[in-house]
Amino acid sequence: MTERKIRVLIAKPGLDGHDRGAKVIARALRDAGMEVIYTGLRQTPEMIAAAAAQEDVDVIGLSILSGAHNTLCPRLLELLREKQMEDVPVIIGGIIPEADIPSLKQAGIAAIFLPGTATQEIVDFIHKRVGPAAGKSA
Amino acid sequence: MSDTTKTAATVDAAQKRHPSQREQEWEEKTLQPTLAKSPERLAEFTTISGHPIRRLYTRADLADWDADRDLGLPGEPPYTRGIHATMHRGRLWTMRQFAGFGSAADTNKRFRYLLTQGQTGLSTAFDLPTLMGYDSDHPLSEGEVGKCGVAISSLADMEALFDQIPLSQVTTSMTINSPAAVIWAMYLAVAEKQGADWKKISGTIQNDILKEYIAQKEYIYPPEPSMRLVIDTFEFGMKHTPKFNTISVSGYHIREAGSTAIQELAFTLRDGIEYVDWGLRRGLPVDEFAPQLSFFFNSHSDFFEEIAKFRAARRIWVKTMKERFGARSPRTWALRFHTQTAGCSLTAQQPYNNVVRTALQALAAVLGGTQSLHTNSLDEAWALPTEFAATLALRTQQILAHESGVANTVDPLGGSYFVESLTNEVEAGAWEYIHRIDALGGMVHAIENSYPQREIAEASYHYQMAVDRKEKIVVGVNEFTAEEQPLEVLQIDESVAQQQAAALKRLRAERSSEEVRRRLDALHKAAEGKANLMPFIYDAVKVYATLGEICDAMRTVFGTYEETAIT
Repeated sequence: MTERKIRVLIAKPGLDGHDRGAKVIARALRDAGMEVIYTGLRQTPEMIAAAAAQEDVDVIGLSILSGAHNTLCPRLLELLREKQMEDVPVIIGGIIPEADIPSLKQAGIAAIFLPGTATQEIVDFIHKRVGPAAGKSA
Repeated sequence: MSDTTKTAATVDAAQKRHPSQREQEWEEKTLQPTLAKSPERLAEFTTISGHPIRRLYTRADLADWDADRDLGLPGEPPYTRGIHATMHRGRLWTMRQFAGFGSAADTNKRFRYLLTQGQTGLSTAFDLPTLMGYDSDHPLSEGEVGKCGVAISSLADMEALFDQIPLSQVTTSMTINSPAAVIWAMYLAVAEKQGADWKKISGTIQNDILKEYIAQKEYIYPPEPSMRLVIDTFEFGMKHTPKFNTISVSGYHIREAGSTAIQELAFTLRDGIEYVDWGLRRGLPVDEFAPQLSFFFNSHSDFFEEIAKFRAARRIWVKTMKERFGARSPRTWALRFHTQTAGCSLTAQQPYNNVVRTALQALAAVLGGTQSLHTNSLDEAWALPTEFAATLALRTQQILAHESGVANTVDPLGGSYFVESLTNEVEAGAWEYIHRIDALGGMVHAIENSYPQREIAEASYHYQMAVDRKEKIVVGVNEFTAEEQPLEVLQIDESVAQQQAAALKRLRAERSSEEVRRRLDALHKAAEGKANLMPFIYDAVKVYATLGEICDAMRTVFGTYEETAIT
């Protein structure tokens, strides 16, 4: 029985096409031994929730730089609850004004990584939160 | 092996560099004892793009360089020293601050404020729904209306945007790509209503779809029909608006996506070549449409690398236009460009440091001979700028222009061993990429094979790793960090979306739906054929067909584009 790798869904919700951050994170997590599924651009919360369920991921990472986080994040969390996936932590990376952070955390976002975060910090957070021991075995 | 561990002679031999007797003596008598006593700070010095930089540049680095051939004089090929004989002594660069947020009325207010503060041109940022060709009340627009720019859904919004701004006197740049033809038609309709002469008005539409596929990713249609629309605007502009730049071939976004300086230069100029190719295939004479092509570069933090990039750009373009396309007019040869300081270099941490970064980047653009400039605001790593931050950014340019003395002479760095060497190296690096893309069958093919996308992703990842390992220092981020207070930033609330939705509802009720339908059908039909679509788009705009409706009329013919996501 081999240990299952941590599975991460990296998603770009909304209309924004700035995918530099999403791509860097996807690669950094992969280099850290995780399995990364990147949704590509312009995903609705519905598409992201469906992909998370289908891919049976341990973590969902959202990259948002457009200012639409207050609309998109609560909607995704609601959809995950409907699918009984509220235990899958959702983390955000991008441009999130400090004033919005408390309400996003309140809504259930597990962590918010602002510009300037070292990729290792995100790797460490995921390891601490879901594994490697937590990685379900296959 | 690095410069400090290899002997200077080995490095020279490897690079076919032949230092003078005097330089060799200096190495022996002065340099070596110094290095023996105190080694240099780093084993290897590189630009922010990872390009190696030598300890010292001398005549030996310019052995093959010919001052007449490679440097020349300003206003003449190869334009290394600038495209005008007097450069900024004759006319300062246009100070063109990019602005746009909330509703058209909100942005109109900011525009008029900036003009009273001495800004000399306008530049419009549109929100994401507008960039993607959706009306403000489209379901996918939810949460995005007025956030990253101004929301424009119809001619009515465009009229409000330029209310009391005389388009016959002010030049306007519009950062719009996939729906550029539609937004430009709205602009021309406003100009007509104001009584401005189309033959005399000037401005720029970005209209650079290729870099959307490569970097910015705000595309609607597949490459072929998108390119057709671009060439339609070239043809229309050539006939009706000879002073308007029908495209701004942009490296800015390529760099922001993480490319190196050389990649930015090469991909942008290769995009330019692609547009000229397509224009020629349409049968447009090169010296009639190509002078309306303008360029747009990033000015990043590595001061000399950026200056070298701007100088190399002009040299590559004149060679390309003459040798590849047989252009005869100096107006076609001269590469004109706008510059924006690097948004991606701004840090969310210690945001006031961004004022200093921006000033240095702006200085590089000026020394590189830019025609117009946008300086970023200190708070833009967080949000769109407040009025205070936007004013400070404009003042930065005014201080450069009027206090620093750098605009008093043309190309003050010309002839510097270092700057000329770096210009040569950046140019050579760019040619390599250009030839590689030629070999791939051109830029559209290269894009479909994800070639530039992959190169950029690679460069961007390497840079991030270098920052993570502190091989590259970002002040306030991975070194010299400090506890700090949050910055006060501009917030756009959801009321803009509600106002826009209500206004659209009113507009759809009040306009002649029959006329709108008729003209949208005509556009749809024309899109199925080969006609130039600009007149059809203009007709639809005039009767207040919305942006979304017009884009849909073409979506149903052209289809939409999905990229192969690479990570």
